[in-house]
Amino acid sequence: MSKHYVRNRRLMWILFAVLVVLHHDWWFWNDGRLLFGFLPIGLGYQIVISIAAGLLWGWAALYAWPDEIVEAIADEPAETSLSHAH
Amino acid sequence: MTPLIMICAYLFLLLWVGRMGYVGHARHTAADFFLASRTCGAFLLLMTVFGTTMTSFALVGSTGAASTRGIGIYGLMASWSGLIHSACFFLIGMKLWYHGKRFGYSTQIQFFRDRFQSPGLAMMLFPILVMLVIPYVIINILGSGATIQGVTQGAFPRFFTATQGGIPAWLGSGTVCLVVLIYVFGGGMRSLAFANGLHASILVILGAAALLLVMGKLGGPVAASQRVAELRPDLLIRGAVGKIPEHISHWEFLTYMFVPLSVGMFPHLFQHWMTAKSAKTFRPVVLLHPIFIMIVWAPCMLLGIWAAVAVFQNGAPVIPPGTRPDAVLGLLVKNLTNRYVAGLLGVGIVSATMSLDSQFLALSSMFTHDIIVRLFGEQRIGDRQRIILGRSLVVAIVGIAYVLSLVAPSTVFTLGVWCFSGFSALFPLVFASLYWKRVTKAGAMASILMAAVVWVLLFRASGWGANPKYLFLGMMPAATMVISSALTLVLVSLVTRAPAPDVVERFFPEDRLVATRLDLPGAIGAQPAPVQAG
Repeated sequence: MSKHYVRNRRLMWILFAVLVVLHHDWWFWNDGRLLFGFLPIGLGYQIVISIAAGLLWGWAALYAWPDEIVEAIADEPAETSLSHAH
Repeated sequence: MTPLIMICAYLFLLLWVGRMGYVGHARHTAADFFLASRTCGAFLLLMTVFGTTMTSFALVGSTGAASTRGIGIYGLMASWSGLIHSACFFLIGMKLWYHGKRFGYSTQIQFFRDRFQSPGLAMMLFPILVMLVIPYVIINILGSGATIQGVTQGAFPRFFTATQGGIPAWLGSGTVCLVVLIYVFGGGMRSLAFANGLHASILVILGAAALLLVMGKLGGPVAASQRVAELRPDLLIRGAVGKIPEHISHWEFLTYMFVPLSVGMFPHLFQHWMTAKSAKTFRPVVLLHPIFIMIVWAPCMLLGIWAAVAVFQNGAPVIPPGTRPDAVLGLLVKNLTNRYVAGLLGVGIVSATMSLDSQFLALSSMFTHDIIVRLFGEQRIGDRQRIILGRSLVVAIVGIAYVLSLVAPSTVFTLGVWCFSGFSALFPLVFASLYWKRVTKAGAMASILMAAVVWVLLFRASGWGANPKYLFLGMMPAATMVISSALTLVLVSLVTRAPAPDVVERFFPEDRLVATRLDLPGAIGAQPAPVQAG
């Protein structure tokens, strides 16, 4: 595993934890303001969380993805499952 | 009549799309019938997974919930789902695909039996998974019938007097089951994948389309939201306003995150993961799944809160007081748009209930591989027999599920969330199987048992589902189930014998890759240690 993979994997978990914490937007809990005149601010914030979630996992799929492991070993000859030997 | 014509047209389109997945592509092998020969590309996997995880609640239920509990429903359900679902696809789905490709798994039971070297554990898990899927299937069947009856009300007053002229639910749901049966029977997973692509496309388009068409009738989004701010400001927040208590507590909001963990153990989702062409196929799925959820749910939130205060020009409410929440979206569209949009909505709701195609095929695959092939032996059940078995079981399962839907009590709907929670309770098992080398068979079995016991106790405490807002210690029941099964798994694993090194090595081969790079013993290409059979 490369140093970059290990570092990116740790970063992925940190960013995930940050998003989980940020998801609980107690600062907008009783805020009824409307963004652009129509979008409740609490809903707008959670929409941003959804987009951030997609971006996080999209980034992880590019930079914290164990490609080298999965692809390299997927190229190995197929093995039978242990239970098939029963 | 227009909505009925549009739904019928959609069902015919489904048959044609399902046929497309079969004609010219099918390879007439069991791997093709159950898993599309593991050749699904990124777009199909994305749409299939999204279509499977979205139920009619995403449209109908969410709008109704927002009209009573406000915009907090989005944060409670949609954004948690986006974050947790993609995490599960990335951390669980991709790894299961990888092991499935290496060892030829078609079902979760095969994976768990192999991982823990325990037919006993597999047999313990099998009935639990089946029993958790069945209510889900029945709810979808009932939902499709209720939708068709609702949108066709008044269309056939002479033929169906008992249902005010609407096609009876039993006939509507029977028709939907028949359509699903035809394309699943014919093309298996290939047809199902194409059909789910159509379902998902409709869901993605429909929410936004309904929003654009309705908001014009309400004077535009600004006027509609301003009216909510004046008359029902509580719907814009989660906390309490005046005498109106809070719609969602902090603990409920936080602990709802445990419910979306259920996707890690859905049998039908496991089967879809197995169809991926490569690991890279998962990339668009994890990126776009939260975005698609947002596209479907966010418009429904606005429609819901606007519906709560919308009035006609004469001042009469668009949604009469006392309207059931799940009828809000239908009434809103019917009263403020035209019959074509109402028809499109009917199509969308019916398509959302048709995730039962994945569930039918998953159940067929489970009974074929985990019961019949296991009973008679791999060598005695060839490819052709497996396809015949798979198809026969699809017919049997559709038939049994349909009959059960006719006799199911109305309380079956309350089982929906409890089924999700049951799958969530099994999440620690699959996570540990993939990431913790020290997890033992005893720990896994104890975890399953604890999950089942806690589920029954909490379900009983909720009045067997009679209380739809039941919380335990202020938290979602799924939180207690997940935590208790996880703790049991860890504690029992630590005090029982560690798994055999060769099993650990087979399921954690990345250690071999590291050894290869460092030119250490155990590197890839070196002779592996012999596997002990039995």
